[in-house]
Amino acid sequence: MPTSDLKRLAIFAAVVLALPLLPFVPSFWITLFVFIGIASLVALGLVLLTGVGGMTSFGQAAFVGFGAYTTAVLTTSFGWSPWLTLPVSLATTGVAALAIGLVTVRLSGHYLPLGTIAWGMCFYYLFGNLQVIGAHDGISGIPPLHFIDQPLTGARAIYVVVWIAVLLSIAGTLNLLNSRVGRGIRALRSGATAAESSGVNVWRAKLLVFVYAALLAGLAGWLYAHFQRATTPGAFNLNIGIEYLLMAVIGGAGHVYGAILGAAIVVLAKNVLQDAMPMIFGFAGNYEIIVFGVLLILLLQVSRDGFWPAIAGRFSRLSGVAAPIDTTYRLAKGDMTLSPDLLLAVKGATKRFGGLVAVNDVSFKVPRGHIVGLIGPNGAGKSTTFNLVTGVLGVSEGEIHFAGERIDGLTPRQIAARRIARTFQHVKLAPGMSVLENVAIGAHKRGRAGMLAGILKLDRAEERRIFAEAAFQIERVGLQAEMHRKAGELALGQQRLAEIARALCLDPVLLLLDEPAAGLRHMEKQALAALIRRLRYEGMSVLLVEHDMDFVMQLTDEIVVLDFGTKIAEGAPAEIRRNEAVIEAYLGTAA
Amino acid sequence: MFLLQDGVTNGAIYALLAVALVLVFAVTRVILIPQGDLVAFGGLTLAALETGRTPGSVWLLLGLAAAATVMEVIASRNRLPPGRIALNALKMALPALVIAAAVLLLAPLQLGSIVNLVLCASLIIPMGPYLYRTAFQPLADASVLVLLIAAVGAHLAMTGLGLAFFGAEGYRTSPLIDAAFTLGPLTVTAQSLLVVGATLALLLSLALFFSRTLIGKALRASAVNRRGARLVGIPTARAGSLAFTMAAAIAVVSAVLVAPLATLYYDSGFIIGLKGFVAAIIGGLAAYPATVAAAIGVGILEAFSSFWASAFKEVIIFASIIPILLLRSLRSAHHEEEE
Amino acid sequence: MSALFEIEAMSVSYGAVEAVQRVGLSVPAGAIVTVIGANGAGKTTLLAAAMGLLPSRGTVRFDGADISAMPAEDRVAAGISLVPEQRDLFGSMTVKENLDLGAFRRGRAEAADTLDEVFALFPRLSERSRQEAGTLSGGERQMLAMGRALMARPRLLMLDEPSLGLAPLIVRDILATVAGLREKGVSILLVEQNARAALKIADHAYVMELGEVTVEGPAAKLANDPKIAEIYLGGPKEMPAEDRTR
Repeated sequence: MPTSDLKRLAIFAAVVLALPLLPFVPSFWITLFVFIGIASLVALGLVLLTGVGGMTSFGQAAFVGFGAYTTAVLTTSFGWSPWLTLPVSLATTGVAALAIGLVTVRLSGHYLPLGTIAWGMCFYYLFGNLQVIGAHDGISGIPPLHFIDQPLTGARAIYVVVWIAVLLSIAGTLNLLNSRVGRGIRALRSGATAAESSGVNVWRAKLLVFVYAALLAGLAGWLYAHFQRATTPGAFNLNIGIEYLLMAVIGGAGHVYGAILGAAIVVLAKNVLQDAMPMIFGFAGNYEIIVFGVLLILLLQVSRDGFWPAIAGRFSRLSGVAAPIDTTYRLAKGDMTLSPDLLLAVKGATKRFGGLVAVNDVSFKVPRGHIVGLIGPNGAGKSTTFNLVTGVLGVSEGEIHFAGERIDGLTPRQIAARRIARTFQHVKLAPGMSVLENVAIGAHKRGRAGMLAGILKLDRAEERRIFAEAAFQIERVGLQAEMHRKAGELALGQQRLAEIARALCLDPVLLLLDEPAAGLRHMEKQALAALIRRLRYEGMSVLLVEHDMDFVMQLTDEIVVLDFGTKIAEGAPAEIRRNEAVIEAYLGTAA
Repeated sequence: MFLLQDGVTNGAIYALLAVALVLVFAVTRVILIPQGDLVAFGGLTLAALETGRTPGSVWLLLGLAAAATVMEVIASRNRLPPGRIALNALKMALPALVIAAAVLLLAPLQLGSIVNLVLCASLIIPMGPYLYRTAFQPLADASVLVLLIAAVGAHLAMTGLGLAFFGAEGYRTSPLIDAAFTLGPLTVTAQSLLVVGATLALLLSLALFFSRTLIGKALRASAVNRRGARLVGIPTARAGSLAFTMAAAIAVVSAVLVAPLATLYYDSGFIIGLKGFVAAIIGGLAAYPATVAAAIGVGILEAFSSFWASAFKEVIIFASIIPILLLRSLRSAHHEEEE
Repeated sequence: MSALFEIEAMSVSYGAVEAVQRVGLSVPAGAIVTVIGANGAGKTTLLAAAMGLLPSRGTVRFDGADISAMPAEDRVAAGISLVPEQRDLFGSMTVKENLDLGAFRRGRAEAADTLDEVFALFPRLSERSRQEAGTLSGGERQMLAMGRALMARPRLLMLDEPSLGLAPLIVRDILATVAGLREKGVSILLVEQNARAALKIADHAYVMELGEVTVEGPAAKLANDPKIAEIYLGGPKEMPAEDRTR
């Protein structure tokens, strides 16, 4: 956790924990704050799941139910002590989340939230119909938590427990987000393809967030059960699940403290509205959902980022200047000399989309230490060829060999593991992350630290090396001045350079660059050309798609020209420039 | 056999819902969770009219119209001269005012079931375009995901409004035709025949609308390729509004058919809607014939599971979506999921 | 000749990137004007913004009236049609249905006459009128896209890369058809990568590089300009590159 985060958390903790000590705060408020704390836990999970990971869930209330019912059954029917049930509650929730997640996170796009509605409904009806857990009446008579021998019955007593849980969860979540695994998670929303090409197991990262969010909900359920001393299925239905999502959206999906702000707004508003609305309509009922529904729609229409960013802007002076990074101790470099002379061989590669042949029987080679250019007019099949080599697409026919091994049919992740790195024609950076963090994703495969190590901050030594490596590569591409800026704030040309730095972090033997010079100014192009030459000198091979012909001609050793998906020429730059077929392909025939 | 008949009757109603969902999704990419709420409101409106009470939907309609008018004024505030803005606002608000006045005047007179049907339809159908104008038109360029969250928000608000305007009591209307006859071992009620017949007729006329009329084709075109539709001059906002109008009209038909069969509460719509929704998902939110078949299947599954494991019938229905979603999403997995 | 269509100081940005920077051009009534330039020069963005499909700054005038704030669907009704690079056909609908929809903003009776004209221009479409648009070949798709645009009876037809992905023989046919449309009084704004072919039929040409118009002149003059080849294939080594960047 960066120092600015630590400072912010410390201030927050001091305020929160001092609150119940103040004698003039009425008990009723304390009760509300307990509810806010419990809801914050669920919303925090949702911020991670929805805001950071890009997976919308309407069904988190069901996980709260798992946590609550587990402890309710164990303490009332089996006489367990409440503290003993905590690990069991979390385990039950975790196992359920794992099982549901295995199916659910595979769902793409809008199918995923629809799936969460479905299982959210399912579990609500299940809770309401199982006789063992009291069906519609639920379970009552749940014992309170004890501290040593003291029962924590009042709101003031449990307040401390709840908010310590919230504070620890915030700390753990911030640590997680700033760890190797967390960067993978943060790249899910806007750069899943790029993350996969950097060796991140996207599916696993999604499952991890899903389970993590569910565990926070389970913890909230456990606390809820021992605070309310009773559980009923109504507390875990779909409407409540939607309220949790509203909290995350209000706070600004993607902001950790936004979760608490959102929880506070929703819980307080619900409290006020539950008193006020029946007076308007003349009879009792949960009318607050009218306001919540309208609020949700208005928020989406007016400010899709929620309220937190606006508020956080006022505190920006809290965040300190990032310290310079010592790049002396970096990650260990792999061997560049092992691979045989013929590094990449594409043999008769063909790709069909339905009836359209995008790439037709294309063969070429990239020898070790060479820079090969791949050029051709719009729609010639250059990017498709790139995607075939990097495993984003599978070949319809033909073979691709790398360092003597056949690699067609491998996934992008497996290809990244063979030290083939790439950049993308349409830049794929996570815009909300800093340049440094984006580049560090490139080193994903060179680190080991897992999720738990990230949450507990046991990964410091490795993190230092990863960031040293990332900073070093950023300096190489000349972006050191922009290192701590958000990637989305950079000009397009700079974003392309950041992608190259990310690719270099993979420690590649073969580097594939898709239009690296587009959007660069003249001097920047010269610097990029110099860098690519230096990489070749170090033994790296480069395959380059580029439209700037000056750039291609001065840099490459060989050029392959595609037109209509077919190779029409191959040779040294000087030959290609004189080749009639190439001139015709570019300028067209004077029909 | 009895279960099968029950299942087919329910399935026909789910089919109507599912078809409305598919229609709206195809044109606007909105997954219209509140469709079920419109059905419930239709049924409750009809029940109120039967007993000569003023249905709460009058106030709901006026509220929606007011919101839509305000949004229209705000949206055009800097673009148009004040005269035009006032005219647009009037155009937006007038239908609701006229209908509300008519209902307030006629409802206590209890003029019979035909008038009731007309009043119910004229209350519920305009809710479609008003809902589109207020909740979804400002989000027309948003992702399916954002639209889905907005739809869930609209459902939440409408459930609350349903409680406020209709109360917590449940109502059932008297059947349109009260008759039954026996067919071998089977007792067939006229209402269930009516349900199946009306559904078939509606589906058939929808099919004709989409294949024969230029407006129908324009709606299909908006669904197939939005930019292409704009390039031939189809205003996509109006296409969206029309799709919502049709969905609300289908909701009225569903309401008329279902209200005598089951007691409706302010929040019954959601469950009914979700079952239509299961069918729509099975049909991939695209294919009408598959959707209808799936809806009948859901109806039959429900009838059998309520017989064998009545407490868990909802669990069974909703659990059945998951594998289908999985299948769907695997099939479309290669569309990039990134925003 | 007065200008039928004018763009003044148009800029389009995607986030921080300016894809089109203060571009101005005009299409005189009855003329063919072409915009050529290498990949990524911003030509497609320019056309989309001119049609009102993308938000842009600057002024667009048609027939003397400022239409900068007009939505795309109303520009169609006003007499502007765009045949986009992706064609944007209604794939699951028949050729005939696609054409019918092309006349969406016009009366049914007038549309029938135009349909005959379009079939006369592209007899292939008449043969395939009951076939689904998604099953057509590349050349037929281009014909259908043009036919659909013509159904609106535009006074200005904007074409984005009509030669893209088509075999040379078909390109020749399509461009001959474009040249023929001018004789019927349709003004044309043509965006092309196939510079030689475009310059051959055009009256006036603009060359775009990195979002800006860098060269402008009569098409016949530009056709023989060695600078054009350079823009596409890069200049000779000796020439300092600075000279060309601005």
